[in-house]
Amino acid sequence: MIGFILIVFVSLFFTGIIIRTKSLAAGRKGPGIFQPLKDIFRLFRKGSVYSQTTSFIFRLAPLVYFSSVVMASLLIPFGVSRAVIGFEGDFIFFAYLLGLGKFFNIISAMDTGSSFEGMGASREALFSMFAEPAFFILMGSFALLTGFTSFYDIFNAIHLNSYTGYALGVMAALVLVLLAMIENSRMPVDDPKTHLELTMVHEVMILDNSGFDLGLILYTGYLKFALYGALIANFFIGGLALNAALPLYLLIQFSFAVAVGLIESFMARFRMSHNAQFIFALSSVSFLIFFGVLLIMGKLN
Amino acid sequence: MNYLSIKNHQSVPVDTIPESEYHSFLIGNIKLMEGNVDRHCVNYFGMRDGKDIRLFCCVADDSAHTIMLTSCRVDAKSNLESFSALNLNFEKFEREIHENFGISYSNHPWLKPVRYSTSRSDAGSGMMTYPFFGIDSEELHEVGVGPVHAGVIEPGHFRFICNGEQILHLEIQLGYQHRGVEQLFLEKKKLLQRATLAENIAGDSVIGHTTAFSYLWESLAGLEVSDDVLFARTLAQEIERTAIHTGDLSAICTDIAYQLGSSVFGRLRTPVINYFQEWCGNRLSKSLIRPGRTPYPYTEYLAGRLIEVFDAFEPDFDEMIEQTLKLPSVLSRLERTGVLTYQQVLEIGTVGMSARMHSLERDIRTSHPYGLYPLLDHNPIVKHHGDVHSRARIRREEVKQSISYLRSLVTKIPNETHYDPTAISNMPLKPDTFALSMTEGWRGEICHVAITDSRGELALYKIKDPSFHNWLALALSVRNNEISDFPICNKSFDLSYCGHDL
Repeated sequence: MIGFILIVFVSLFFTGIIIRTKSLAAGRKGPGIFQPLKDIFRLFRKGSVYSQTTSFIFRLAPLVYFSSVVMASLLIPFGVSRAVIGFEGDFIFFAYLLGLGKFFNIISAMDTGSSFEGMGASREALFSMFAEPAFFILMGSFALLTGFTSFYDIFNAIHLNSYTGYALGVMAALVLVLLAMIENSRMPVDDPKTHLELTMVHEVMILDNSGFDLGLILYTGYLKFALYGALIANFFIGGLALNAALPLYLLIQFSFAVAVGLIESFMARFRMSHNAQFIFALSSVSFLIFFGVLLIMGKLN
Repeated sequence: MNYLSIKNHQSVPVDTIPESEYHSFLIGNIKLMEGNVDRHCVNYFGMRDGKDIRLFCCVADDSAHTIMLTSCRVDAKSNLESFSALNLNFEKFEREIHENFGISYSNHPWLKPVRYSTSRSDAGSGMMTYPFFGIDSEELHEVGVGPVHAGVIEPGHFRFICNGEQILHLEIQLGYQHRGVEQLFLEKKKLLQRATLAENIAGDSVIGHTTAFSYLWESLAGLEVSDDVLFARTLAQEIERTAIHTGDLSAICTDIAYQLGSSVFGRLRTPVINYFQEWCGNRLSKSLIRPGRTPYPYTEYLAGRLIEVFDAFEPDFDEMIEQTLKLPSVLSRLERTGVLTYQQVLEIGTVGMSARMHSLERDIRTSHPYGLYPLLDHNPIVKHHGDVHSRARIRREEVKQSISYLRSLVTKIPNETHYDPTAISNMPLKPDTFALSMTEGWRGEICHVAITDSRGELALYKIKDPSFHNWLALALSVRNNEISDFPICNKSFDLSYCGHDL
């Protein structure tokens, strides 16, 4: 339960920290940490406008997207404290819950009939497809290492106390950070700040959403970010007691947000065609983790 | 075919421009330009003359520093052979003539409306019926962008035909900004009104267009201006170039989501723009350039401030541009994106930066010098790859070059001459005269042409912004690129919508 509460708590200011970091890096003062949240409350009070060409799918999608991410958050444990829902193989359930949300996002974008949104949907589908193997090879390797298949058991059983183990930890964190960037459509894969529809991935899919729906989609994005942050933090706080785990967890989430802000400030985004290569390369890092696991288990001679 | 050679900013009686029969007019002009990269068409337009249309063709020779004028009289209902079939330089010009006078061309490759001008011959045609190039394919898809721009800058419609992410064809339809500027020049009789109009042809080339108008008017009025006027115009033109190029570098960085470059260049542009405020009270340099005089005399104090502004500007600019053009993620976006070949550049007849990005040296400052440029010994900056990277590098070097010109210019400020504004604005224009004026704005060659009637009133005013040539270059450069690279290609050309639409 603590895991879920913390994710919701972190989601309140995660995007605010990213935006603030970017502002400071650009030499500006920047908005307050809670500005993104205030924007969402503003949107919640507004009515929505629906295009006549859209069907019920367009209205349904934001809710499905939101609930899928909330549901996925319920699967994340917090160190020694169990998740709300946990069972054997829950990481597969986790991945496909997020997949379901994404699927509805994609078909809702197609539902509008706009050529921009179709383009965005096609990009999002392609990138998610390439990102999926990286996640499964990563989690599969740790399942193999620990012999468990649920988040809680895997995280509590991991003891990265050899050099190979440290290397695995670093690589896993890297894969998860980059996956989070891809899944949340941040730089270098997508530029959330751009106003140019032709270059957008995620933003262009929600061009037609307004008011409450838009607020919901935006908040889901913040939640998703915190969700990935929590996943990364869990690799490091596995067996720690609560009073040590909590500050470490918050520190990891904070550094994650600052890192995202810094990456977005000091590099240009990728060319669209390089994105697929980049994302696919993540899978090879995951493979390295897999071989590392085999090494530790002595299965490679 | 006979032609009349004139210099930049020269005016000649209209009857001295030789008139030929259409076929020899066509062949003659094509022959003039054939196989000679130093020659390109700077203006080709029609003027209603009784029942007939008189066509004027102005071909500039960059090595001889002359402009060759020819003309021809045709019937408005005639069906003519097209220049464009033989030389693509004329493509846009002939479309304009077709649109304004209804002259049809038998073998024009792309005879479509240019801007739906208010004085078009076929009033029934309009934006909604624009004949887009279509596709009939299951695999390809069309993407329409605009007329409302995503960044709400200026309106224009872009129609892409794509194979997945790859652009196969782009068609650009403009005309949404048409205000009838050329017609307004004839209707507004006061000099101040006309100068204000010239300032508003394109808001980013205020100096370029107003300077072109001023030289033209002075040539028609037979007025010689003194050094301090030339000084102010040359100085202002180079400040404008620095400011807009820096702003463009910022915009290029924004489009590739390189935040640091975007904000630093944005910050650097502001003090340069603000310098105009100190000089003439307007950040966009409006009211700074006036025909026949300079309303805001340049002082030692202003020169000191200019040096201060650029002393602060240069180190930061150098550091940031060095960083930007060294960063791998930036280079991967700029290099080999939006490439035009030399052959294409030549065929389209692009001008300004869009020509210099690929080995084609077109710069009015050297080819048809004016103002104080002959003293500056200007050497155009030329790049050889024709991609976004080349266009970014041209900007970097032109900024540096302009700053060095500014620094050398302000070392000797000419003495102030006293002018009488009322006397100047009441000066009569020479009757039955043709005058042509070209200046090198930051975007490239700006060409204004005026013809007066027997009473010395303007009978025709023709404006050609460099964008008029260069929009086609953008359309061709994005072919086979990814559609997501279109914004960066567009920004690297940074063409004017209102300068084209007039």
